[in-house]
Amino acid sequence: MARIEFIDVAHTYANGTPAADSDWALQPMTMTWDDGGAYALLGPSGCGKSTLLNIISGLVKPTRGRILFDGRDVTHAPPELRNIAQVFQFPVIYDSLSVRGNLEFPLRNRGWKTAEARRRAEQIAQLLELTADLDRPARGLGADMKQKISLGRGLVRTDVAAVLFDEPLTVIDPHLKWLLRRKLKQIHQELKLSLIYVTHDQTEAMTFADRVVVMSHGRVVQEATPEELFERPAHRFVGYFIGSPGMNFIPAQWREGSAWVGDVPITTQSRADPDAADIAVGVRPERLEARTAAGPNSVPARVLAVRDLGTHAMCTLDVDGARVRARLPDVADAAALTHLFIPPERSALYAVEWRLP
Amino acid sequence: MSTSRTVNQKAWFMVLPVLVSVAFSAIIPLMTVVNYSVQDILGPDQRVFVGMEWFRTVMRDSELHAALYRQLLFSIAVLVVEIPLGVLVAMAMPRAGWRASLALVLIAMPLLIPWNVVGTIWQIYAREDIGLLGHVLGILGVSYNYAQNSFDAWLTVLVMDVWHWTPLVVLLAYAGLQSIPDVYYQAARIDGASRWAVFRHVQLPRLRGVLLIALLLRFMDSFMIYTEPFVLTGGGPGTATTFLSQYLTQKAVGQFDLGPAAAFSLVYFLIILLCCFVLYNLVRADDHDGAGGQR
Amino acid sequence: MTFWLKGIGFRRGKEILLHPLDLELRPGVPNVLLGAAGAGKTTLLRLMAGLEVPSEGRILSGASDLTGVPVRRRSVAMVYQQFINYPSMTVFENIASPLRVAGQGEARIRERVREIAEVLRLTPLLARMPSELSGGQQQRTALARALAREADLLLLDEPLANLDYKLREELREELGQVFARQRTTVVYATTEPMEALQLGGVATVLDAGRLLQTGEVAQVFSRPSSLAAARAFSDPPINVLPAVWRGASRLLHLATGTTLPGPHALASRLGDQELSIQVGIRPQQLGLAPKGAGGFALEGIVELAEISGSDTYVHVRHGEHLLVAQVPGVHRLPLESRCTLHADAAGLFGFAADGQPLFAPDR
Repeated sequence: MARIEFIDVAHTYANGTPAADSDWALQPMTMTWDDGGAYALLGPSGCGKSTLLNIISGLVKPTRGRILFDGRDVTHAPPELRNIAQVFQFPVIYDSLSVRGNLEFPLRNRGWKTAEARRRAEQIAQLLELTADLDRPARGLGADMKQKISLGRGLVRTDVAAVLFDEPLTVIDPHLKWLLRRKLKQIHQELKLSLIYVTHDQTEAMTFADRVVVMSHGRVVQEATPEELFERPAHRFVGYFIGSPGMNFIPAQWREGSAWVGDVPITTQSRADPDAADIAVGVRPERLEARTAAGPNSVPARVLAVRDLGTHAMCTLDVDGARVRARLPDVADAAALTHLFIPPERSALYAVEWRLP
Repeated sequence: MSTSRTVNQKAWFMVLPVLVSVAFSAIIPLMTVVNYSVQDILGPDQRVFVGMEWFRTVMRDSELHAALYRQLLFSIAVLVVEIPLGVLVAMAMPRAGWRASLALVLIAMPLLIPWNVVGTIWQIYAREDIGLLGHVLGILGVSYNYAQNSFDAWLTVLVMDVWHWTPLVVLLAYAGLQSIPDVYYQAARIDGASRWAVFRHVQLPRLRGVLLIALLLRFMDSFMIYTEPFVLTGGGPGTATTFLSQYLTQKAVGQFDLGPAAAFSLVYFLIILLCCFVLYNLVRADDHDGAGGQR
Repeated sequence: MTFWLKGIGFRRGKEILLHPLDLELRPGVPNVLLGAAGAGKTTLLRLMAGLEVPSEGRILSGASDLTGVPVRRRSVAMVYQQFINYPSMTVFENIASPLRVAGQGEARIRERVREIAEVLRLTPLLARMPSELSGGQQQRTALARALAREADLLLLDEPLANLDYKLREELREELGQVFARQRTTVVYATTEPMEALQLGGVATVLDAGRLLQTGEVAQVFSRPSSLAAARAFSDPPINVLPAVWRGASRLLHLATGTTLPGPHALASRLGDQELSIQVGIRPQQLGLAPKGAGGFALEGIVELAEISGSDTYVHVRHGEHLLVAQVPGVHRLPLESRCTLHADAAGLFGFAADGQPLFAPDR
């Protein structure tokens, strides 16, 4: 276990000094990963999450900045000296060895005695429910088993500070994914290792992590617990990326000390005054409520489309010229709808990018 | 289902020209050989059907046994040297950039030379009077004469074949190595694997398929080798480097013993077919393993 | 143009990949093929395209019999899971290629390509090569090329499966709109029930090479014709508990010990007899708060809480059964903690022992 610190770390794949922000694959960041925490790096393709992971593991040396493991500077240390383990997107196993051989491999390389290596491998195999298959050749097994073996190779080492996962469930069958997710959670609870998990799938990130780091275009946009990311996104990107579908941003104007959507004043959680006149009211589709008459915090809305999703209805509406989505319990609710109620405690004001506190 | 039948008939038309040319160049000559192998030809119009007589004679021919033995020894020596050497060279070659292209071109050159020219090159190269190799060896005091010393002749033929054909193994192994995804090397680094462990557990297992193909090709070709040793040593000194195909040619063309030669040609053909069948199945089994695992 | 598949079956050697089925493909609405991996969706699409010849049955369109007509002579376009574009041509050329093959004039080609690029938001990318595009952009290019053909039949085989989660969501909606504007008959294969529900139209449920049910999407969802169909059209999977109906006391005894008054629909259907049935509870029907009248509780241990932004999927071990509940909001439930799930008897599905539907919730 180790406390990992990033001090002004940045990386670019281009030659020379980057001129613009967009040239950085990872923009300058300073962050601490707590000992024993479970973190997820969440973002779309190209956001820099894999670069960040590879910098932690040592497979990539950052263009700038320092990395400390428990206060020890490891910026120039190669992966084998960093006490990390990594599970990749494609299951990596040694074809020529059995499951047992695979698990013992890292220990043998480090000079462990046969008996001790065997014992440790069996211990980890039990944790991963691989005991029955220990002596089978690793070659013919399914992708989920292979990923477990990859994980096992990381866990057998007693000096491992952190286990890093790079979209490990990509090639796993959907019904096996949840079994592996559960296993990862169990391992986290039992072994208390630092776990850092990279993914583009919000379900995986939110299930797995205590804290989620949301990234976009090489930048860390918000780092918080899953609830906070859902209820109080700090940035428009977080509001958009988390939640299915993402948050609505209804354009509004700031005048006379209040936010206005059309002719309706809207009260939200935000207390600060914005600098500019153009702002937006951010509210999740799940929080909007159908109304049949005007009222406080209720904006007139015109139904454009209703989709019956079996257990609820997804409604697309026009609110003062903007497209808004609302999740309603039933298709019938959409028929009589004339207004949408925006709950004050579940909404906030957003400037160009950031949420107004 | 009438529509599907139409499609199939069109396909036959496409294949017809190929069938005709294969028939002329391969099937008819093969049938001729079978014909000769079961007949005794005393003269242009005098043929006697002798059944399996030639086959029995051929199996008892001690000279043939000697040539077969020499051939097997040669093929095994070739495989033992060329396969590991090819893999080592492939591993040493650069992976990307202009250096990789240059290396590939240089390595591939020996493969482009006509086979009799290969024989001629080495014939001259190894001579003590006008050949660079022979002359240098002479200066160094090494007694070397491939025309008179059996062992030297063997060695020269072997080195010549290695020079000529190892590049094929190199190219196959190189392609195999390029297909190993980077993650395997990354994972091995993290697992603390030494260079040898990476070779043994990452590279070699993934080269299995490619190496089997290399094995198949090199065995087939070396077992049938004719031109290069013939040009280099003429089969000599004596019969030291007379391999199987040369022996057969001597028998058939030189001595006009068509019957026995034809008989053994068929046996020769069947031996190669059998070995290829075995090796091919090994390659297929490997394919299935790999595919099943990757799912 | 409407297509009919009559008695279409497909065999490879001894293996039956598709049992004989009848299907009607209508223009104007997406025809969604829903099924797990290996259910036969790709096989069926290939048969529709003409890439395979059916072992039995006929494919008809209007008055013509298309069975056995090779794909090159059919009016069909296909979009695959792997973004397939001509790597050496620009996006413009890619979209234009079917038009060039059809021999259309240069001016007409340019106009049509711009039109389609506009619809799929590809206009700024027309001069780029496929290798310079992101996954979503590549797939949109492939789709644009398929649309440019203006074929009678447009087949899509899990086109969004290789895309990022969020991108999939967005593209799904776009696709729905694009399809609505086409006169082409669209067939869309997917493994995700949510995609079927979001696209709407006609859903056909496939399972192990058999056609289980076909009909309007919402109908198939709320009135599954069998337990297998209910299972196939549920994500997360529908919870199934064995139960006994004691008609005399009008009580439903769940195998795990809970007893509850039988729902009205069940009572009127089964009457006084005693019968072993299977009760289906959709994950959305299970909640963490009591449901009031008609509600009943199921106790268990939390196996996992999966948070998907808007909802939490709680996996609970109830006796020897594993239940999944979809609860709105974000709930962090610790592993191995006790949990009570509440359901309403009125929301239950009932199936006979052989999978035949007995009753379903009122819709």
